[in-house]
Amino acid sequence: MLAGPAFRLGRPAGVATALAGTAAALVLLLGLAPGVLAGQVPRVSVPWLPALGLNASLFLDPLGLLFAGLILGIGLLVLLYARAYLHAEEAWGRFFVVLLLFQGAMLGIVLADNVLLLVVFWELTSLTSFLLIGYWNDRPESRRGARMALVVTGSGGLLLLAGLLLLGGIAGSFELSVILTRREAIQASPLYLPALLLILGGCFTKSAQFPFHFWLPQAMAAPTPVSAYLHSATMVKAGVFLLARLWPVLAGTEAWSTIVAPIGLATMLVGAAVALFQNDLKGLLAYSTVSHLGLLVMLLGFGTPAAAAVAVLHIVNHAAFKAALFMNAGIVDHETGSRDIRALGGLYAVMPIAGTLALLAAASMAGLPPFGGFISKELMLEEALHTAWGANDWIVPALATVAAAFSVAYSLRYVGHVYLGPRMPTPKAPHDPPAGLWLPSAILVVIAVLAGIAPQTTLGWIVTPVADAVTGGLADPLSLKLWHGVTPALLLSILAVGVGLMLLGAHGPLERTRPPMPQAPRIFDALVAAAVRGSRVFTHALHEPSLQRTLAVLFATSLALAGLAGWGLPLTGDRPRLPASPVAIIVWFGILAATGAVVVLHRRRFLALVLISVIGLGVSLAFVHLSAPDLALTQISVEIVTILLMLLALNLLPKDSPPLDAPMRRLRDGLLACAGGLAVGLGAWAVMTRIPDRTLPDWFWANAYPGGGGTNVVNVILVDFRGFDTFGEIIVLGIAALGIYALLDTTARGAAGRRLARRAAAGGEGTPRSPERHPLMLVVASRVILPLAVVTGLFIFLRGHNMPGGGFIAGLVFSIALLVQYMASGWDWAQQRQRIPEHALVAAGVLAAAFTGLGAILLGLPFLTSGYDYFTLPVVGEFELATAMLFDIGVSLTVVGAVMMALSQLARVAQRAETLPADRSPMDIDPSRDPEGAR
Amino acid sequence: MSLEFLVASAVAVLTAAGLYLALRARTFPVVLGLAMLSYAVNLFLFATGRLVVDLPPIYDKAATGYTDALPQALVLTAIVISFGMTAFVVVLALRSYLETGTDQVDGRRSPADMTAEDEQGRQA
Repeated sequence: MLAGPAFRLGRPAGVATALAGTAAALVLLLGLAPGVLAGQVPRVSVPWLPALGLNASLFLDPLGLLFAGLILGIGLLVLLYARAYLHAEEAWGRFFVVLLLFQGAMLGIVLADNVLLLVVFWELTSLTSFLLIGYWNDRPESRRGARMALVVTGSGGLLLLAGLLLLGGIAGSFELSVILTRREAIQASPLYLPALLLILGGCFTKSAQFPFHFWLPQAMAAPTPVSAYLHSATMVKAGVFLLARLWPVLAGTEAWSTIVAPIGLATMLVGAAVALFQNDLKGLLAYSTVSHLGLLVMLLGFGTPAAAAVAVLHIVNHAAFKAALFMNAGIVDHETGSRDIRALGGLYAVMPIAGTLALLAAASMAGLPPFGGFISKELMLEEALHTAWGANDWIVPALATVAAAFSVAYSLRYVGHVYLGPRMPTPKAPHDPPAGLWLPSAILVVIAVLAGIAPQTTLGWIVTPVADAVTGGLADPLSLKLWHGVTPALLLSILAVGVGLMLLGAHGPLERTRPPMPQAPRIFDALVAAAVRGSRVFTHALHEPSLQRTLAVLFATSLALAGLAGWGLPLTGDRPRLPASPVAIIVWFGILAATGAVVVLHRRRFLALVLISVIGLGVSLAFVHLSAPDLALTQISVEIVTILLMLLALNLLPKDSPPLDAPMRRLRDGLLACAGGLAVGLGAWAVMTRIPDRTLPDWFWANAYPGGGGTNVVNVILVDFRGFDTFGEIIVLGIAALGIYALLDTTARGAAGRRLARRAAAGGEGTPRSPERHPLMLVVASRVILPLAVVTGLFIFLRGHNMPGGGFIAGLVFSIALLVQYMASGWDWAQQRQRIPEHALVAAGVLAAAFTGLGAILLGLPFLTSGYDYFTLPVVGEFELATAMLFDIGVSLTVVGAVMMALSQLARVAQRAETLPADRSPMDIDPSRDPEGAR
Repeated sequence: MSLEFLVASAVAVLTAAGLYLALRARTFPVVLGLAMLSYAVNLFLFATGRLVVDLPPIYDKAATGYTDALPQALVLTAIVISFGMTAFVVVLALRSYLETGTDQVDGRRSPADMTAEDEQGRQA
């Protein structure tokens, strides 16, 4: 990660940092290696989200060591190679940083002890792989390949997450070290099969198994160092790694062998056959990688310890020769300007070093003696010979031999058609590349050769402990030598080479007669397009473009869910009912009548507003009757402000609603509404008639005075016990006010501005107006009321902690007092006298509340704990001051700011639509200023 | 008739009216419907504390019983939040009307609402 900043310092510094970091990690790993191989398992664990079972825990066992070594070792070589491969003008910083990020994520996968952590790293490799494949983001095929890889491996990652969650649930822990000890419990669980399928889904997509293999060839649009690193040696092995990691608990069942081995075999065959007919060098290598991954999966799928050990051996061999070959393909591309096998030939003469390296690596890939690939292939055939499907014991070895023959053919085609044969003209005149390009692959080729000549010394020390780690010590040590005597496997091997050579010889005719291959990318694209279309249709059916449709779906769904949840519960509980007084019945009737009238008369909008205020009044009265004075006060003041606001808005909106809906729709909505109302009413009835659990109320009741210092329990809850809720709430209110400001402040421009201007020009005709704009009596009365209202507000505020009242109500009363001034004398007049902008009020309120809460933290108490004490003043007597009051001041200020901002902004917009000139005098007739004014 | 029945039926009627109005095709009835739904929801929340008459929500040594203060506190904030929401929705309705020249929310547009300018905008 250090490399990012280092690239700012210059390219050499950045590359040096990247190399140094990787090398240091490799040295560290090698330092740990002897201990690990001797059986120690170093662990680190840091709790991260313990509630989710997610710990940042890592451990290093031989399997992790092998993969970490591959990742860092090949990583180092690839970094060196990339340094020589990238052109001067490329974005080096981005490339190296993402490559290192990938390296870190990959290490995370192989070292993770916690399976959830593993998934996190898993997805991280998918993301970095996306960025690396799409590195040349100006090329369409890069973007397409990157997208496809992300979709396939990313959705595979989701499957994996689900599978590992199931697995962790069965095992009772998300730590791998625990899961690996629960084999019996896991395999006996009914959830074993779903978990297995999901995990395999993740592994097969990542490791490009048939039929998910198609993304890997498309990913070849990446720069060659990326292909060599991600798509041959490391990332695609992550799936194989996980299969190996979970092999002890998952393998050995009927389901495991009948799913994993055939898919591996199919992948091996398909990959090998298709690879022979690829004309792109990297395409050939990509399909060959698919084939070899299939081989690995098949070996693990056999479920026998010996086969798993062979898989481990082949992982090392494959990483060595395939990364070397990818680098070689990059060299050919770099030197000749072409990767098309048909356009290449006879390069050995001009590029002897690269040619030799290619020859050796390809021979290992073909499984020819005396190379590493030969040993693992022979052991693979040996295992295949031991595998019978049902009564049939020849089909597996036969198919494996066919795949091996194809593999011989395409390996030799790589060498034969590129380096040998007649020399073809190429876009660039090729010569051997600089050492920076061939040296990394040479190191890998040396390993591949040594793995064949002296297998026990080269690989034995690591393969045996890793095989033990995978199989739990069940595997016998592999006999790693070139000559096993004349065995059936050797005969099959010879057969494969012979058939392979014949296939290569017949390549030309075969190429012409082979059936066309199904185009997986095209199928994939069609699937994606269909999914997009489907979701669009679905979205459109649910909401766009009609709010009516959205709400109807929403209401119907909630109704169905509520009905499902409440169905069958007894309706009435045991709580004794309260008798209703005649007054209560009258108020109830009033609410019902007003509600009915609003529904019937809602087209006449002013009338509907008047009626809805009747409902509000009724609700306030209900609160009074039902022992909730605070609520009654709040409801009535909110009611006033709301109605004022709606009136102002209605000034600019149409005054009536011509009917739009067909009768059928109205009937449907009416039925839906009645059902919803009935459900809610029954729910309310069911709640109210049950005997409540009094623990919570009793607690508040007992603690409000001793803990919060107030006798008004409602207010104490608001400013103290649930102060955080209130804090959040005033923030919401502030945001709503700012939103209103943003919506209305810009109405002077654009279509809205033109419409307002048209209205103003039309002179507001049709709107009846009072001849007096600012009536004398109203103005005078409002002036008298202002100080009275402010004092009332203060009174309500101060007593709020102990008696009904408090910051909300006080804030609303202040706002109403100010609004009356606006109403009486007009917006311009009031605005001139306004000293503090509403924004400042909202901000000050939220800040005051926040600082009160932070004060408590400074004193070492939880956020928003209130302190209080009693003071005695002469005359006034004893009174109480609590920090909660500061908080309440904040609440009050925010409410005033928000309300004033909403209404004054609305009034200002209305002003824009006015025809009359702005009027800055307080009233129409001002006797003091204009004695003759009274005409 | 019991008080519980009165409250439950009022909640039911307010909800039904609110739902019906919210499903109408113009902004203003939707706003009215939302306001009615907030009355209904607030009443419902309040009712979860059960109905009591003539008992103080204020701490008093002489009191024999008391109301459940928690739903009251929750409803108090809910009332203020409903105001914030109603205000915002009204202004949103206003702005969209000023911007588009129609107050319909059913995704269609009746020709009567269209001005010459909008007509040009559509054809352009």
